[in-house]
Amino acid sequence: MREITYADAVREALSEAMRENEEVFMLGEDIGVYGGAFGVSRGMVEEFGEERIRSTPISESAIAGTAVGAAMTGMRPIFELQFSDFITIALDQIVNQAAKIRYMYGGKAKIPLVMRTPGGSGTGAAAQHSQSLENWTAHIPGLKVIQPATAYDAKGLLHAAIIDDNPVMFYEHKLCYRTTSDVPEGKYVIPIGVADIKKVGTDITVIATGIMVHKALEAAEVLSKEDINIEVVDPRTLVPLDKETIIQSVIKTGKAVIVTEAVKRSGFSAELASVIVENESFDFLDAPLVRLAGAEIPMPYHPELEKKAVPQVENIVEACRNLMSHN
Amino acid sequence: MTISIPNSAGLTDEDLKNIYRVMWEIRFFDEKVDQLFAQGLIHGTTHLAVGQEATAAGSGAVLRKTDWITATHRGHGQTIAKGTDVNAMMAELFGRTTGTNKGKGGSMHIADLDTGNLGANGIVGGGFPIAVGAGLTAKMKGWNRVALAYAGDGSTNEGSFHEAVNLAAIWDLPVIFFIENNQYGMSGSVKKMTRVKQLSDRAQAYGIEGVTIDGNDLMSVIETTHQAVEKARRGEGPTLIEALTYRWKGHSKSDAKKYRTKEEEENWRKEKDPIRRAKDRFIAAGVFTEEEADEIRKKAKQAIEDAVKFGEKSPVVAVETMYEDVYAE
Repeated sequence: MREITYADAVREALSEAMRENEEVFMLGEDIGVYGGAFGVSRGMVEEFGEERIRSTPISESAIAGTAVGAAMTGMRPIFELQFSDFITIALDQIVNQAAKIRYMYGGKAKIPLVMRTPGGSGTGAAAQHSQSLENWTAHIPGLKVIQPATAYDAKGLLHAAIIDDNPVMFYEHKLCYRTTSDVPEGKYVIPIGVADIKKVGTDITVIATGIMVHKALEAAEVLSKEDINIEVVDPRTLVPLDKETIIQSVIKTGKAVIVTEAVKRSGFSAELASVIVENESFDFLDAPLVRLAGAEIPMPYHPELEKKAVPQVENIVEACRNLMSHN
Repeated sequence: MTISIPNSAGLTDEDLKNIYRVMWEIRFFDEKVDQLFAQGLIHGTTHLAVGQEATAAGSGAVLRKTDWITATHRGHGQTIAKGTDVNAMMAELFGRTTGTNKGKGGSMHIADLDTGNLGANGIVGGGFPIAVGAGLTAKMKGWNRVALAYAGDGSTNEGSFHEAVNLAAIWDLPVIFFIENNQYGMSGSVKKMTRVKQLSDRAQAYGIEGVTIDGNDLMSVIETTHQAVEKARRGEGPTLIEALTYRWKGHSKSDAKKYRTKEEEENWRKEKDPIRRAKDRFIAAGVFTEEEADEIRKKAKQAIEDAVKFGEKSPVVAVETMYEDVYAE
């Protein structure tokens, strides 16, 4: 199989879906000839034209709301928020409109839209271009939330998001765009709500989301040299969440480390922790679970501070070593 | 097929009689809601459009069933005019399964996709971008449909208004932005909340046509909306219509109306009642006689009485349905 980048995998899914269904179209800032801020839609306007790759003014509320209206009347829009931080400007349309319309209307409407947006830190773009806000939408009933870590997952899950009849929030990570993995050609669908065990292990379950999946896998390599064998679980979708895979993994290992980039306080890491302690996995814990997450500060500009503000490989390694000493 | 009042929409006397009936249905509906609420028979909150019947009835009359609207939180009238069954609307307010939204939306969220009503909105200005999205669908699918976004004067101070009008303008979308300027955004007088003399002046900023009309003059509403709709159907893009009107009641149930005077209210009620003005005009033109007008009014009243009965005797929403329809399967 060929190896391609995450950005290319996203583009392939978008292109395949657009070739397959004329109702699928894209809108967002600079997605046309510019190719999007991260080059994800590069070349697409040449194939699909400006009618279907619609570059918009800088109007996040109108972009999201237009997607809602188009979805409700028979199209399948995919809109890009240039940075996930800009969701603040689009939130009314996402939270008060897209998420609720089906329920408020007694099931008489469907809103098949996808919001794609790059989140996360690591580019030195500081506090307004580096947040991990996926938890905000995970909190809202009516939305589905996906956070793929690998190129393979990104393509298969994006196809799933596009054919889903619900509003789906699709959080990409800026640092993931250049990562590569084996990706099949052609359409394949990864079901929404199924976690993936990225590495099988026996000693500790590390549940990581987004870019932290890569860091957890790096930590696993380091730890394997010390005969610590960790299992890396990637939920892939926050809503709906595959609780069973998490529970079963913790039952097997008896220890859990949760790693998210988003700020710890009231973050998704707390949701993952509660899944473990609210279920039978609680009885199998032989050490307190550990949460590694973002520092409770706006993302700083200075590279050293930026690095320190989110979990790194060494933090995961250290947390696992400490947990092993619990035995 | 008699046309006693020449109009570019080609509405016959029969059509005008229907519109006159719709105006009364709107008035009786909202007066009845006011009464039911006071009696504690329906709950939640109410935003009544008594006094604003011409804007809804006139604009709704020139839309086709396949056209779309987004309604406001003061949207009962707009919804009735677009053709939604008043029985289902009343049942919704009673929280019954036969309601437009199966009892899960209530007054501020009444929607009816079968008649093109994409929903009333509890968020001021929230419907603008949604209407733009519907207009985009029409354009991309090559459907000869338009989307009309109703909103109040206060909504034009929201960011979503400006973003949506601009987007519809640059893409030449078939969207009509219909502003019912009833002079107050809750307690905020339009005079205090913006320095533009007319809200339609705001159209200039987006390179589209803006027009201000007497929203209590039914024929003026019909004529202006029809022109805008036809223009949109020709692919010539959006129009901003500002219709000057007045709500006779307060903003919602808790409103003591301290921000306006009794004299002002009396003036609008006595001098500018849109239904009485339509009736006088129609009688003078020979559309109907005084007796026929009275007959239409009685029928409208009966329709609303029947709607209340329908709502009251419909099954109450079962608690078991609470988790239904959060997600599409």
